[in-house]
Amino acid sequence: MKILIVEDDLEAAAYLAKAFREAGIVLDHASDGESGLFLATENSYDVLVVDRMLPRRDGLSLISELRARNIHTPVLILSALGQVDDRVTGLRAGGDDYLPKPYAFSELLARIEVLGRRKGTPEQDMVYRVGDLELDRLSHTVKRAGREIPLQPREFRLLEYLMKNAGQVVTRTMLLENVWDYHFDPQTNVIDVHVSRLRSKIEKDFDQPLLRTVRGAGYMMKDEAAG
Amino acid sequence: MTALYRTTAVRLSALYLLLFALCAAFLVFYVSSMSEGLLAQQMRDAVTTEVAGIENIFDKNGMNGLLRTLERRSRQPGANLYIIASPTGEVLAGNVLALQPGVLDNEGWTETPFRYQRFLEEGSRERHMARAQVVVLPNGLRLLVGRDLGEPEHFRVLVRQALMVALGVMGVGALVIWYLIGRNALKRMDRMSGASQRIMAGDLSQRLPASGSGDEFDRLSESLNTMLGRIEKLDEGLKQVSDNIAHDLKTPLTRLRNKAEAALGGGETPADYRAALEEVIGESDQLIRTFNALLMISRVEAGQAPAEMSPIDLSDIARDGVELYEPVAEDCGLRVTCDIADGILVRGNRELVGQALGNLIDNAIKYAEGSGGEAEIRVTLGRDDGAVSLSVSDSGPGIPDDKREEVVKRFVRLDESRSKPGTGLGLSLVGAVMEMHGGHLELEASHPARENNRGLTVRMVFPAGAD
Repeated sequence: MKILIVEDDLEAAAYLAKAFREAGIVLDHASDGESGLFLATENSYDVLVVDRMLPRRDGLSLISELRARNIHTPVLILSALGQVDDRVTGLRAGGDDYLPKPYAFSELLARIEVLGRRKGTPEQDMVYRVGDLELDRLSHTVKRAGREIPLQPREFRLLEYLMKNAGQVVTRTMLLENVWDYHFDPQTNVIDVHVSRLRSKIEKDFDQPLLRTVRGAGYMMKDEAAG
Repeated sequence: MTALYRTTAVRLSALYLLLFALCAAFLVFYVSSMSEGLLAQQMRDAVTTEVAGIENIFDKNGMNGLLRTLERRSRQPGANLYIIASPTGEVLAGNVLALQPGVLDNEGWTETPFRYQRFLEEGSRERHMARAQVVVLPNGLRLLVGRDLGEPEHFRVLVRQALMVALGVMGVGALVIWYLIGRNALKRMDRMSGASQRIMAGDLSQRLPASGSGDEFDRLSESLNTMLGRIEKLDEGLKQVSDNIAHDLKTPLTRLRNKAEAALGGGETPADYRAALEEVIGESDQLIRTFNALLMISRVEAGQAPAEMSPIDLSDIARDGVELYEPVAEDCGLRVTCDIADGILVRGNRELVGQALGNLIDNAIKYAEGSGGEAEIRVTLGRDDGAVSLSVSDSGPGIPDDKREEVVKRFVRLDESRSKPGTGLGLSLVGAVMEMHGGHLELEASHPARENNRGLTVRMVFPAGAD
């Protein structure tokens, strides 16, 4: 995966560059809005990470300009402003995701992986499969090894999101955002409890674990047997 | 005086003075010309009538009767002018001593006023103006009957005087009003700008003066004062936030620093370092959380309503909240019950209300946990008297009656709860969110009759008619 980071804080950019390279992601860096716009227009990236406040051209105007030029690379907005309405304006300007500063690197990485793979993920897939687990989005049924597993509606949405992003780390805030549509920090371990209940339903009576806890980051659906 | 001239009141009164003077002059001119015309007409009529009368007397009584009548009339005070002249213009009789020549030549009304002198006024050389009618009697003699023009002339002078007096009175009045209004307005403006200067100098408690008359100056003062009140409140909020930041963020920052230092000095194995670093990250996450909550509260309190205020379904939010926290509560050994009315809509921000409810349930779980036998939390949503209330009750230790006001303030944590995790900002955030929605927060004991574990019920009350 190749990404472009537009960030004027050089120290933060250097840290991100190192961390992303370690995670196997190729990256370009621009330190102001204009050169960011130039790079994003000239080259092809999987994801753009854009700081909201930039010299020479602010982040939101950069995104609007890109969209006006018909470039639809997914954009993640980084912002020191973390309020409800800032997120809304950011997403309205054409951003695809929004992460308030300060953030955990694992959170940023997880979100970028999901954004970068979005292009390939067929939204229209009616059935998601991970190992012998099968989720039918039309009939709202979940089967494992042919046996139906009854789920509550919210558990179904939770599993649907996890399976849609199978093979990728999904963080707790991503789950809260996508399954409950809330963007605040739930503080206690509410999400963990929901996930562990779901896990007990889909893994009980089966040997093969499918839902893995990624330490310090979140969760990942993966068919361990398939590698 | 130049400052006085520059005031609006003075400029306006000068303009009014000019307009009124023009109107008055026009009026006086109009009235005087009309009445002069009327007077002249009256005089003509009187003279014409008299001439007819005299001709009549001549017809009846002849020359002698005529002379007698004229003599009698001449003696009356303010008598008309009478002359009897020969056909050639020689004066034969009459009460006129001298006459402008040529007046008797033409029959009918004299074209213009003429000069004359009376017998009685021989001493004074003053000449008078008059107009007259000349007729030729049947015996060929000429008769002149005229009237002195002194009367209309006098009237004209009177009118002119009245005009001057009126203009003078108006001028003086305008000057007085000019001075009073202008000075009064100036004084009030000066007081207002003085007060604004003190405010600009930093004394936000100052207010602009109002005279209490409810005039435009008072209305201006009132609106500016309302604005100042708002600014003062914002300013106080800002001060409070910065004080709190200084106070309550420095403590965890110190802790963070201490931990890092201790790790640097005491670490032996990589595992030690790892554990210390994880603690540091945990501590800084807590700091970020506090910081975010603080920013959010001050932003909500500043009344910067988020762009997204729309009709929201409180019933859905309440159910979502219960559903989100129920598993955690159950894991903590709590029973969760709810009584949520359907289809309750209010105008608001789903994200903020959801977060506020989340905070309340989170608190309830924290304090109800391990409170003994029938530990439970209860979420209810209903409408009474039109106002919508969403409340979260717990069976925890509750809050003493006298401390309820206190806990809503920022960073206030009762001593009994210091051991629990938290920023001390949860309830203040809920309070701020409710204020933004035009509602308020009510705190009470869930089980007032109990000895201990009276519990706490926090009620978010949305205003009636909010939907």
